[in-house]
Amino acid sequence: MTEKNVVTAIHDTLHDEMAADDRVVVLGEDIATRGGVFRVTQGFLDEFGERRVIDTPLAEGGIIGIAVGMALHGLLPVAEIEFADFIHPAYDQMVSEVSRMRYRSNGDFGLPMVVRAPWGGGVHGALYHSQSIEATYGHIPGIKVVVPGTPYDASGMLRAAIKDPDPVLFLEHKRTYRLIKGDVPDEPFEVPIGKADVKREGDDLTAIAYGLSLHLCLEAAARLQEERGVSVEVVDVRTISPLDKDTILASVVKTGKALVVYEDNRTYGAGAEIAATIAEEALFDLDAPVARIGGPDVPAMGFATNLEHAFMPNADTVAERMLELARF
Amino acid sequence: MYRTMVTARLIDEASFRLNRQGKAPFVVPVSGHEGCQVGTGWPLRPGHDIWVPYYRDVAIVLIAGMTPYEIFLGLFAKAEDPSSGGRQMPSHWGSRRLGIISHSSPIATQVPHAAGIAWAARYRGEDTVVGCWFGEGATSEGDWHEGLNFAGIHKLPVVFVCENNRYAISVAQPLQMAIQNVADRASGYGFPGVVVDGNDVLACYAAMKTAVDRARAGDGPTLIEAKTYRYFPHTSDDDDRSYRTREEVEEAKHNDPIARFAQTLKDQGVMDAPTIDAVWAETKADVDAQIDQAWNAADPDPVTLGRHVYLERDGM
Repeated sequence: MTEKNVVTAIHDTLHDEMAADDRVVVLGEDIATRGGVFRVTQGFLDEFGERRVIDTPLAEGGIIGIAVGMALHGLLPVAEIEFADFIHPAYDQMVSEVSRMRYRSNGDFGLPMVVRAPWGGGVHGALYHSQSIEATYGHIPGIKVVVPGTPYDASGMLRAAIKDPDPVLFLEHKRTYRLIKGDVPDEPFEVPIGKADVKREGDDLTAIAYGLSLHLCLEAAARLQEERGVSVEVVDVRTISPLDKDTILASVVKTGKALVVYEDNRTYGAGAEIAATIAEEALFDLDAPVARIGGPDVPAMGFATNLEHAFMPNADTVAERMLELARF
Repeated sequence: MYRTMVTARLIDEASFRLNRQGKAPFVVPVSGHEGCQVGTGWPLRPGHDIWVPYYRDVAIVLIAGMTPYEIFLGLFAKAEDPSSGGRQMPSHWGSRRLGIISHSSPIATQVPHAAGIAWAARYRGEDTVVGCWFGEGATSEGDWHEGLNFAGIHKLPVVFVCENNRYAISVAQPLQMAIQNVADRASGYGFPGVVVDGNDVLACYAAMKTAVDRARAGDGPTLIEAKTYRYFPHTSDDDDRSYRTREEVEEAKHNDPIARFAQTLKDQGVMDAPTIDAVWAETKADVDAQIDQAWNAADPDPVTLGRHVYLERDGM
């Protein structure tokens, strides 16, 4: 075990997978000479060479489309979209090509590829460096969408994503990159895609979250336990699609109350699907209406510190909502 | 080559006949494009090189190894349709076995795929060449630019073939681009652009052979623009009378690539008139027999709707 932050865990895992399998190639903007704007591919160019570490032109549709071609011809591409906010030009490739290749060919072709994208707010990213895109792609069958929130999960799920025979959108919350630290095994290991994880056990209510919001929930839960004796179970969704309904429902059935916390715009966000699932499948186990905390329905968060804070959930508001729910 | 051109034409004529009979809800015609397709498809090696076609490429997939029977399975959306098992509209080709890359309906999305395949082929030390076909309308798309740009930067083993029939459905070339020749765009990507008479199958062959040899030698891509014409509407759902005069269409048919090639074959003493007639008769009998066989094949089972979203394991 070694303690690492999230970005180091991702760097090390990607490095080890490239060293272990020469079919793995990485491509994207600024990833070779610069080593990535977040340094995820630092040193890769020198070690693996320009045939495997590819600085692409500034064209996101091309990055994804070229990765599709590579995946069709025996490689395991890991494409980086510099910021999740910039993936939109590639939406057609993601939806029309990446998600549908296996389905439309009736299983004849598959795309073993990973698209990595840093997402989320809390880093003064303003309108175009803070976005949440998980719901957009969670809505598209054929693409798996993962949102690991800890160094352990980021490492294990990246390895699982690279080995997955189907396309995986691997979302890395920027604020967690250097903020969140944890132990990561030194030997290769996988965390399965499609499995949520109970990060904290509790009895009074269930908080369901992912990414940075997971840590807000954990912080709020610890505080409530200490200050109010309220016992909160925290479920880390980890995979947006396919959603692990069983783990979420089992926890909600146990506690009888559910709070879903997410940073994306509240309306039609991934939390809406989670809330709907609970309402549909656990109604008679609920002791309170399902509660949600999401971003306001404005186009994006602002650059000014107070505007950004006003957009994002925080541990105080999460704790407040948990307490209300516990007292319901 | 001649027989393949005739086969493509007869598949087209049969498909429209079946459309009028109510047996084929949707047809994407090829007629008029047989010369540029057979000419540019022929220098590639079936079973070895990779084909990245678009929906009009009946003759390309014939060269790659798809049979008329398989094409009609697609037309009738049958379970054994090799491209999609009846999921996609007809003429959305694909076959891993034949190296024909599955494609979609959005235009030019296959172009960066071709570049990525070419990268992978070179990385793996193969001498594979990738052929990528599209219409002139595709060259307006961002994906087209992004694919050619990447291929040019890295001198990838890919040949881009534009089948320029002057209309993207109804929009004529002058409203698609401010230049006369799509091939001129190649200079922006640092590789040669070649204009060729798309109704002259041998000229297309020569241009493609040069481009394929160049790609295989590691000298990079070529953009070939084959100027041609489509004789039918864009699809069976289109009415081209709203944007093309009948006189223009009839005039274009004087340049029929099949008739021109037949004349060349006769002039060169390769085939005489009775032999050519026999090719048509044999091919028609063969195509018609394959239509019947495909028509009688099984439809897809609706319970398979949920299959192949992801890789199926454990016998699923």
